[in-house]
Amino acid sequence: MSIVQGIGYLVIGFLAAAIIGMFAHWFDRKITARVQWRVGPPFFQPVYDLVKLLAKEVIVPEGASRFLFLSAPLFGLAAVSVVSALLIRTVIFPQQTFLGDLIVVIYLLTIPSQAVILGAFASANPLASLGGSREMKLILSYELPFVLAILVPVIKAGETIKLGVILQHQATEGAVIASISGVIAFVISLICMQAKLAKVPFDVPEAETEIMGGAYIEYSGAALGLFKLTQWMMMFVVPFFLMMLFIGAVNWRQSWLNIVWAALIYIGILLFITLVRNTNPRLRIDQIMKFFWAKITPIAIVAVILAFLGL
Amino acid sequence: MTPNRTQIIPIGPYHPLQEEPEFFKLHVEGEKVVKLDIEIGYNHRGIEKLAEGLTYDQVPFLVERVCGICSTSHPFACVNAIEDVGGFDIPERAKYIRTFVGELERIHSHLLWLGLAGHFLGYNTVWMWAWKYREPVLDCFELLTGNRNHYAMFKPGGVRRDFEDEDLPTAMRILDGLERPLLMFAKIAMADPVLQARLKNVGVLTYEDCVELGALGPTSRASGVPWDVRRDHPYAAYDLVEWDVVTTENGDVFDKVVVRVLEMLESVKICKQCLEKLREVRDGIDANYKEIPPGEGIGHHEAPRGEVFHYVRSDGSNRPIRYKIRAPSFMNVPTNNRAVVGYTVSDATITLAAIDPCYCCTERTIVVDADSGKQLMGWKELLRLSQEKTRKLMEKYKSRMDRVWI
Repeated sequence: MSIVQGIGYLVIGFLAAAIIGMFAHWFDRKITARVQWRVGPPFFQPVYDLVKLLAKEVIVPEGASRFLFLSAPLFGLAAVSVVSALLIRTVIFPQQTFLGDLIVVIYLLTIPSQAVILGAFASANPLASLGGSREMKLILSYELPFVLAILVPVIKAGETIKLGVILQHQATEGAVIASISGVIAFVISLICMQAKLAKVPFDVPEAETEIMGGAYIEYSGAALGLFKLTQWMMMFVVPFFLMMLFIGAVNWRQSWLNIVWAALIYIGILLFITLVRNTNPRLRIDQIMKFFWAKITPIAIVAVILAFLGL
Repeated sequence: MTPNRTQIIPIGPYHPLQEEPEFFKLHVEGEKVVKLDIEIGYNHRGIEKLAEGLTYDQVPFLVERVCGICSTSHPFACVNAIEDVGGFDIPERAKYIRTFVGELERIHSHLLWLGLAGHFLGYNTVWMWAWKYREPVLDCFELLTGNRNHYAMFKPGGVRRDFEDEDLPTAMRILDGLERPLLMFAKIAMADPVLQARLKNVGVLTYEDCVELGALGPTSRASGVPWDVRRDHPYAAYDLVEWDVVTTENGDVFDKVVVRVLEMLESVKICKQCLEKLREVRDGIDANYKEIPPGEGIGHHEAPRGEVFHYVRSDGSNRPIRYKIRAPSFMNVPTNNRAVVGYTVSDATITLAAIDPCYCCTERTIVVDADSGKQLMGWKELLRLSQEKTRKLMEKYKSRMDRVWI
């Protein structure tokens, strides 16, 4: 693969994630509004928001580490663009993936959260550092069950860590979700996704009414815009990643109708995220850690054992 | 513990948690609050002094502006105080109208608090739903009093406007429609495990704390202190209708939610009885007292946040020579020192909000030396300071002031 091709994939990955992510954000806000007896924003509201934020002045607080403060949003954006490119390329050419791309994706998916932590501590604000430390605890909470849940499709597809193989296995043998361990792992990964996207009940790092936006408190203008864009792109990338692992994503070679089917599943997952976030209050960080470690992780381990037994 | 291990998390003076200026300094270790500094006094408006320049007919309008949410509680206590000076009695119909307005206000205020409490927990759906069901209550106010928020219904000796007979069935229908959503909120609070995880055993105020600090209203009733001035010292029509004082035992934030939701159901009950009585009782709405004799009077009203206390002193002229207001938040805000310390920052926000604070009702000014506790400035010095400031401002903005006065 030449450099030009690589850059091409990156651009495609970025644009796809940005556009679908903006749609996801609008969908989230619209459904939320309808649940709450409100009208909701117009379709292009995320675009207006982003353009406005990009055009505004970036204020770097006194005492902040300027380089880290301004580069943190870029780290997150770069990582999520690479994941998006990788996933899209894998769906188009499942044979051409490299060994261990699954691990790379899991690794890159944590970078947006780490960028938030970095930016929070760089901004030298007590509320931001509280938000940063909460984000850190949040990662520690959900990452273990998330990886355990991902082990299930890995085992099902013949103990491979190649995303392409997992996809091809599902294209021929049926989706991972069609088994008991698959269902359990999928539900667990959905809950972990809610935490990864920092949505209620797991939105402790932002917690507007507690720590005023926490990690993002000092961010303004384009830097905030990039953080927001990263969040929206995550709303495409993470559900899409789960769809690849558990449902086989878009099996477009079989029939073009499968693309519509995949889009419907994606919207279903978005709906799940939105409804969960609208029917729950925010948990405390200690409650979240207890929830993930004491309740979700054992269930995830059971799912892995079931997968080993071939269920 | 070294001093630099504690960090200060500021809540205020401007914070999305509360819509009024207030300042809570949370001294935290990690996420745990170890100490709380309460600083209020950003919005002192000198209402008591203003009241001395107005006639008895005007004072209820002024004190109505003390608070925008419990905007009938202050006039209620005010007219009670003025009537207490002369020992006046008012027509029964006026009593029922007063009681109705007071209770309907409790419903709208508690619904507003319920919504905000949901918002503070990140549960924005509860926020929007509570405020949606608050809307018909405000419509009912508009229908019966002509205003949605500042009703201007009270005057010494009675009420200003009568309820029209043809409006009563609509009001009744609105009250009937409220019962279902209120029961729904009660059910949500009781049944939602996540809500319980956040609210149970959080911000606990014990019975002893409440008695010691003199906590009022739902804040104390959630701790099992059965204080309710409507029952203990009846006024208006509260001794003529059937209702119960709601108390719970645990004193945590969860119980404060429960007390408020159940109180709303009691209020619906009282309002309905008042409407029934208003069909029969027709003895006028105003006793038309012309003179306020010299003397002193006190008035209470159980506002949605607790007991409002007004004091008035008359010298026989047409305006008070001293007016004194004590809003319930004045007693409730210090309870935060007990309820917040020892819990986490996440708990602190909802606990601070759980007393349903109203800072601008509470503001008062006194200048003390922090070290010795000695009072540096009293009423007279502060008054002189304020007058000097006004004079300076008028000189500075003379040209603009002229326009304003015209």
